[in-house]
Parts: sequence; structure tokens; C-alpha cells
Amino acid sequence: MLAYAVKRTGLAVVITAVALVMLISVIQFIPGDPAAVLLGPLATPELRESFRVEMGLDQPTIVQIARFFGRVVTGDLGTDVLTHRPVALTVLEQMPFTLALIAAGIGWAALLGIPLGCFAAVRRGSLADRVIAVLSVSMIAVPSFVVAIYSLLFFSVKLGWFPTIGAGEPGDRIDQLHHLVLPSLAVGLGWVGYLARMVRASMLEVLTENHIRMARAFGLRERTITFRYALKLAVIPTVVLLGIGVGHMISGAVFAEIVFARPGVGRLIYDAVITRNYPVVIGGVMITTAFYVLCTLVADLVAAWLDPRVRSAL
Amino acid sequence: MAAGDVLTVESLSVDFRTAAGRLHALRDVSLSVPRGEIVGIVGESGCGKSTLINAVIGLLAANAEVVAGKIPFNGVDLLAMRPDEFRRLRGDRITAIFQDPMTALNPVFSIGTQMTEIQYRSGLSARAKRNRAVEFLDKVKIPDPERRLRQYPHQFSGGMRQRICIAMALLAEPDLLIADEPTTALDATLEVQVIRLLKNLQREVGCSILFISHHLGVIAELCDRVAIMYAGEVAERGTVRDIFHDARHPYSQKLLQCDPGRIAVATRNLPTIPGELPNLVHVPQGCIFRPRCPERFERCVERPEPHPLSRDHLAACHKAEELAPA
Amino acid sequence: MSVPLSEATAPAASAGPGRGARLLRLLSDPMGALGILLVLAVVFGAIFADVLTQYSPTKLAPRDRFLPPDAAHLLGTDQLGRDLFTRVLHGARIALGVALVAASASFAGGLILGMIAGYGPRWLDSLLLLLFDALRSFPTVMLALALVTLAGPSLSAVVLVVVLATLPGYARVVRAQTMSLKGAEFVLAARALGAPARRILPVHIMPNIIGPLLILASMDIPVVITIEAGMSFLGLGVRPPTPSWGSILNDGFSFIRESPWPAIAGGLPIVIATLGFTFLGETLRDQFDPRLRKDA
Repeated sequence: MLAYAVKRTGLAVVITAVALVMLISVIQFIPGDPAAVLLGPLATPELRESFRVEMGLDQPTIVQIARFFGRVVTGDLGTDVLTHRPVALTVLEQMPFTLALIAAGIGWAALLGIPLGCFAAVRRGSLADRVIAVLSVSMIAVPSFVVAIYSLLFFSVKLGWFPTIGAGEPGDRIDQLHHLVLPSLAVGLGWVGYLARMVRASMLEVLTENHIRMARAFGLRERTITFRYALKLAVIPTVVLLGIGVGHMISGAVFAEIVFARPGVGRLIYDAVITRNYPVVIGGVMITTAFYVLCTLVADLVAAWLDPRVRSAL
Repeated sequence: MAAGDVLTVESLSVDFRTAAGRLHALRDVSLSVPRGEIVGIVGESGCGKSTLINAVIGLLAANAEVVAGKIPFNGVDLLAMRPDEFRRLRGDRITAIFQDPMTALNPVFSIGTQMTEIQYRSGLSARAKRNRAVEFLDKVKIPDPERRLRQYPHQFSGGMRQRICIAMALLAEPDLLIADEPTTALDATLEVQVIRLLKNLQREVGCSILFISHHLGVIAELCDRVAIMYAGEVAERGTVRDIFHDARHPYSQKLLQCDPGRIAVATRNLPTIPGELPNLVHVPQGCIFRPRCPERFERCVERPEPHPLSRDHLAACHKAEELAPA
Repeated sequence: MSVPLSEATAPAASAGPGRGARLLRLLSDPMGALGILLVLAVVFGAIFADVLTQYSPTKLAPRDRFLPPDAAHLLGTDQLGRDLFTRVLHGARIALGVALVAASASFAGGLILGMIAGYGPRWLDSLLLLLFDALRSFPTVMLALALVTLAGPSLSAVVLVVVLATLPGYARVVRAQTMSLKGAEFVLAARALGAPARRILPVHIMPNIIGPLLILASMDIPVVITIEAGMSFLGLGVRPPTPSWGSILNDGFSFIRESPWPAIAGGLPIVIATLGFTFLGETLRDQFDPRLRKDA
């Protein structure tokens, strides 16, 4: 297990590094002058020139990449053009809000998706199963921002059940949860569908396995067999899926933060794009990407650990 | 059915509803398992032995239909029971072990958990359940059982896993243990061990065993009685002596002839039974073995009833009286 | 492992005798039928956008702003009085156009790179794999935000984002298939006859992998539509006044308190298109190649 963990972690680090290099290199291949694009048409040539020097855009690619890397490793992701604070700090300040959103999204996915999948597997072939299948596919298909706007329209503007804006009063947990419901639903709904399908398929496969037949032959209650024996085994592959899901949820979180006017990394980066705050964009994208890689890594390791066969074999 | 029978199968007929039509998997199957005895069921793949077992243990597939028959267990017809009543018998009065030990145990639970879980009805304390588990692991010769309880199935070899399954099956001290080809997946040395173990434990626990196999040698060593099945029917049944020394049904005779373990003279070509298994959706008229039978004659267009040759020995053949064993 | 007799008798989903029969099977599945219906609606709307309504998608009519749906305006009007139904129909052209172009580019790129990775030397494979994995580690929206920061919002930016986001997926599948075919008899035979890689790949390997790939592509279309709409919603795609579903939705969002109709009108075609293409793609995959099911 340890050897696997080390190998997998090493791979994650390498991938992150390559991703960052790709990000930085892209700057070189964009047609046009990044300084002009980023500073807007009103900037003077002198301003552009100093920007170029500050950003190191005049250096050859390799040097830029190396310099950037050196800075990243020490935690320096550049300076916010507008506020002059370190980018890393700005981004990390907003992380908790986005993390809460994603965690709640995963919560929805697990809370609704696992029971739905389990139910569909146990009632295979029935009308309920078919309906759940169509619902799952629909949840996967419809984009999160449409869900966000429609739920905002219906549950917030029309019915007034949930607030439309913000993350809630700081310190007031209930209020914050209240503000979290709709945005996290938008973020997590797609994954309710994915999980339902995965759990159903996984359960069906497990339920045909011989040890389940043995358990039945020993007269164990159907309830015990389904929820203890089958589900525990069936859920293992879904953990990996959730790791990948985080990446999609990050995208969903950006939309949710914009639609529901919540603070968070997504909103931060988006605003930075609009205000042409180049360092914040790059820094924010880097941090979220690294976070995503971390999540998939953790998911893989947890899944490996959950299955005793894998745990001792590795 | 004799009073001393723990299980009787009376004229059991089971169909499967398939896309190709109704498959008549079992037709008028009868046999009995006396208390404390080991009864073997022999037959090729497709003869219906698995269906029979599933019917007895109540785990027939959803598209199976019992069209006729009764299965009195300790006098009470299993088929007439409600599912939850039947479930209460399973793991308590009737237990089973199956063919593939590698997949028979849940990989994510320790064997200790699995062995105590099946005792959920016993009312014993957790400690008592564990002790019983250790006791039976010891009986099946698993060394260091206390420590082993905490381990997972993948940490045991195939042979050990099968022994664990046997321990689980006998824990409840059932009236009937059903063994569905438990040694088919094991190599010859392991097979011998498992058979010997079963024999000893059966004497100790006093249960009956219904033992399915296609390995004649094992049947001969282990069983008191044998039933030979072919294509969904019982061709012949009797004591082990009757079958192995006085087989009267042509199929039984052929089966014995073809058993590599019994061939006295070394030859290059093993004998086989010519022909194929019949179609069970459109069951032909008359004796089911007729197309492949070397002894067929005009009367065979009429389906033969099991012909009693002695009190315990029956053969479903019109020529049963005349056919001396080969 | 003993399998009860009954389990072995389920009819196998075989390839089917002909295209007519396949189409019939597709239609007999309610999800497939619904999918086809929705897709046809979208395609029809896109093709005949000009003739289906008398309005122009861009002409302003400020006195008619925020009208609710009625006979004259099927979906109402937006904040500048433009007929929403018309704008939605024209938006379909953009959605489908991007889908076609971007998906084809991604498909072609993934095919080529995947075959190279699968067939070529180990070091090249490892390198490409690393690049694909690195690319896939960017959440799609982040990719979009980063790219647009540097290149400015435009339709080509959308296509580029789509390609970058979806190409690794194709490449992986192609790579896996190529690797498994590499050892196949007919490939070995061709190599023994001296055929170079540049002949083996397109002539022998590609025809065998293109089938499942097309099905994968059909399932990718809703993803592409989503990316385009999402980017336009964020203002990173088409510029106004061009009507993209995403920008209609964005307008609707901005004026959500004035009137719900623009928001509803913007979201509706996205829902219809994504549901339709997804239903169709899922049914196609189930009928033609159940092996591709990641979940079953």
C-alpha cells in the first residue's frame, strides 16, 4: 500500500508540474501582445513595456518557465494587479467558500445518488428502475448553470424559499446552510445522476457474485445482504468517481458562485478575467488545478485502502 | 417417503420461462435423504442437479416455476412455505456449500465477521459466537484459528476457504447440508482432504448431506446412497453398492464404463457416450435417454416409470430387470 | 462459478441485420425515440430559423421589452424587445455549428494522437499520456477562463477550449484500442509484409476503431453544447448581439427580476438539446456497443 501511495503521489506531482508548464507556455503561443490584451487599449506603450518586464514576458520561454516555477515552489504566485496583495493569499482566502460548496455538492450526490442507485438495483427492471435511469441520465445531461438559474428563478425569486444572494451571515451557521442549499444542488445534481448509475451497476454486479448467493443460502436477511454485504463492496468504485467529480464540481462552482453571487475562488477568477487581473487568473487556475489533482489522488488512495484485497496486495 | 427421512423430493417438476420457450429442467424427480446419511447426486452438466439444489434451498431464479411436486423437509413441505419461513430454515436447519471457494466469501469482511454474522439467530453473545467460530475452524483443521478470524478471505488458499465454508455450514449443526460440487474446483490432493473432512464431521455432527458431483470416485467413497440424473430426470437411484455393483439403467452403466478411474485396461481412446443432450424445451416422447441408449427397443417410446428392483433400488428403464451390470 | 440456467438465456444484444432494423430498435426504446425527436427539433430549428419566424434576431424594438409569451411572441421578448423564439432558433445554429466543428476537430486530433501513442515507441506514448493527463487535470471552466484571459473572447476560443477539453478523452480510447490491435494477427501479417506504420495505421487499425469512436463522439455532443453555452453565458464566447443560447440565458439572468421569460427562454433550448443528444447517444451506445458502458 505504501509503495502504491508513493508512486501515485509522485505521478500526481509530475502531472501538476506539467500542467503548470503548459499553462505558462500557452502565453507564448497566443497571437497578439498579451500586455495589450491584458492592459486594455488605453494603456500607454510605457505601461505595457513595464508590464512586460514585470511579468517577464520579454524573456525567452524557457527562462520564463523556470522563473515562474521557482516562484511557485516558494509559494509566490505573483501579485494582484489591483490590490497589490500576494495572489496566493487572495486565492486561499476564498477557498473555504468554494470548498464548502463542493463538499455540499458531494453531500447531495452521495445522499441522493447512493440510495437511488441501490433502490434501482434492488428493483431491477421495474418501472421505478426505468424512471430512475431516465432521471439519472437527465441529471447528468443538463448543465449545472441551467439548473442554477432555474432553481434561482423558481425557488428563490418566485417562491422565496431560499435567499438569492451571498453566502450568509458570517458566524451564523444556519443562515449559511440556508444559503448553501440551492447553489450546492446546482453543483451536485449532475453527480447525483452519475452516482446513481454507478451504484446501480456496481450493485447489480456484486449481487450476482457467489458470496452473495452464499449469504442468502445462510438465511441472512435480505436487508442485511443488500445494505451490509452488497453495498459496502459496491460503493468502492464510486469513491474513485467522486474524485473525478470534484473537477466537474469546480466548474459548476464557478457558475454557482456567479449566479448566486457567492464569494469563492470561481467568482474571484471570473472577476479577475473581467478586470484583466492576469496574475490572479493564472494563480487561481493553478491552485484549483492542483487541488483537483490532489482530490483525484486522495480518492484513488482511499479506494485502494477500502478494498482489503488491494490494501494488502499493494 | 420413509419416516426416517430428513428430506424427500416427491415428483418435483420445475420449468424455466425463457425467450426460447418453456424449458422443462426437472421432470418428476423423486429421491430421499434419510436422517444421518450421505446421499450423492451424479450427472453431467445440464442434468438438472443445480436446479434441484436451488429448489431445495429455495434460491431458484425468478423465471423458474415449480409446476408440480413437494419437498417435505422434516415432514413440512418447503415449497408450501412462505419465503420468510423458508429463509428461517436456511443457515439453521439447512445449510449449503458451493463449488467455487475463491468467490464464496465476501472479500471486504474478515472471516470472523462473516462467521459470527451467520449466527445472528442463535441468541449467543458476541464472544460466544466467536468461540464457536474458533471451535469449528479448529474442527476443519485451520491452524491458529483465533488469529485467523481477523483475516480476510484473500489471505487464505482455495482449499482453506472451502474448509472455512464447511465450518460455516456445520456451525449451526443443521439437519441437512447441501454440498454443490464442493471439490470440483480443487486439485486432487485437496479433494481427498476435503472429502475425508466431510466424512468425519458428518459423523460428529450427525447431519445428512446431499452431495452433488460428477466425480464418481468421490461419490463412491463418501456416499451411502446415490441418485443418477440425466437431462432432468432421475435415471436410477439406490445404495452406493446397488449403483456401483448392480447398475441397471443403461445410462448408469455407460457412466460407470466411461469413468477414467474405473478403466482397468489402459487405452488411448476413452470411451464416451455417443450423441448429445436432448432439447429440454421440446421434450421428446418416451424415454429421455432413448436416442443415445444402446439397449433401446420398441417399448421405449413409452416413458418408463422408476422400476423398483429392491426396496431402495429403482431404475427408470423398461429393461431394468433384465440388464445385468456390465 | 455456477450460473443458474435461467440467467444464461437473456437474448444477446447482437449487431442487428440491417440499418432499418437498427433504426426500429432505436425507436422502440422510449428514451431513444424521445432523443431523436428532440434532436430533430433542434436541427430543424437551426436549419429553418429564418423561415420559421418573421422577426430578426438582432433588431431592436425597445417598446416591446419583456413581453410574456403569446401568439405573436412564442417565448416572449427580451430586454431589448427582440423576439426570444427567433433568437433561440438562431442560437441553435451556433450551438450545432460549434458542436460540429469542434467535435470533428477533437475527434480527428484524438484519433491521430491516440493512434500515435498506441502504436509508436514507449517514450512517445508516455510523453503523450502525460500531456493528456495534465490537460485533463484542468477543470474545463478554468481552462476557458485562462485561455480567454490571454486570447480574448471569441467563437474560436470556444472551439479551442472544447478541443482541449475533449481531445484527451478520445485519444485515450483510441490509444487503448490501438494497443490491443497492435498484436492482432492481421497487423502482424501486414508488418511481416513490410508495411510501414503510416500505412498500417490508416488502412488496418483505423477502420477497426472508428466505430466505437463515433458512438463516443455522439455522446460528446451535449458536452460541447454545454461548454459553448457556458462560455457564452460567462461572456467568454460569442459577443453580443449574436444570439447564443448562453448569452440569451445571461441576459435573462441579468434581468431576472424584471421578467422570468428571457431566462426561461435561454435555458429551455439548452435543456432540450442536451437531453435530446444525451438520450440519443446513450441509446445508440446501448444498442451498438454495450461494452462502452462505463457503468454497466
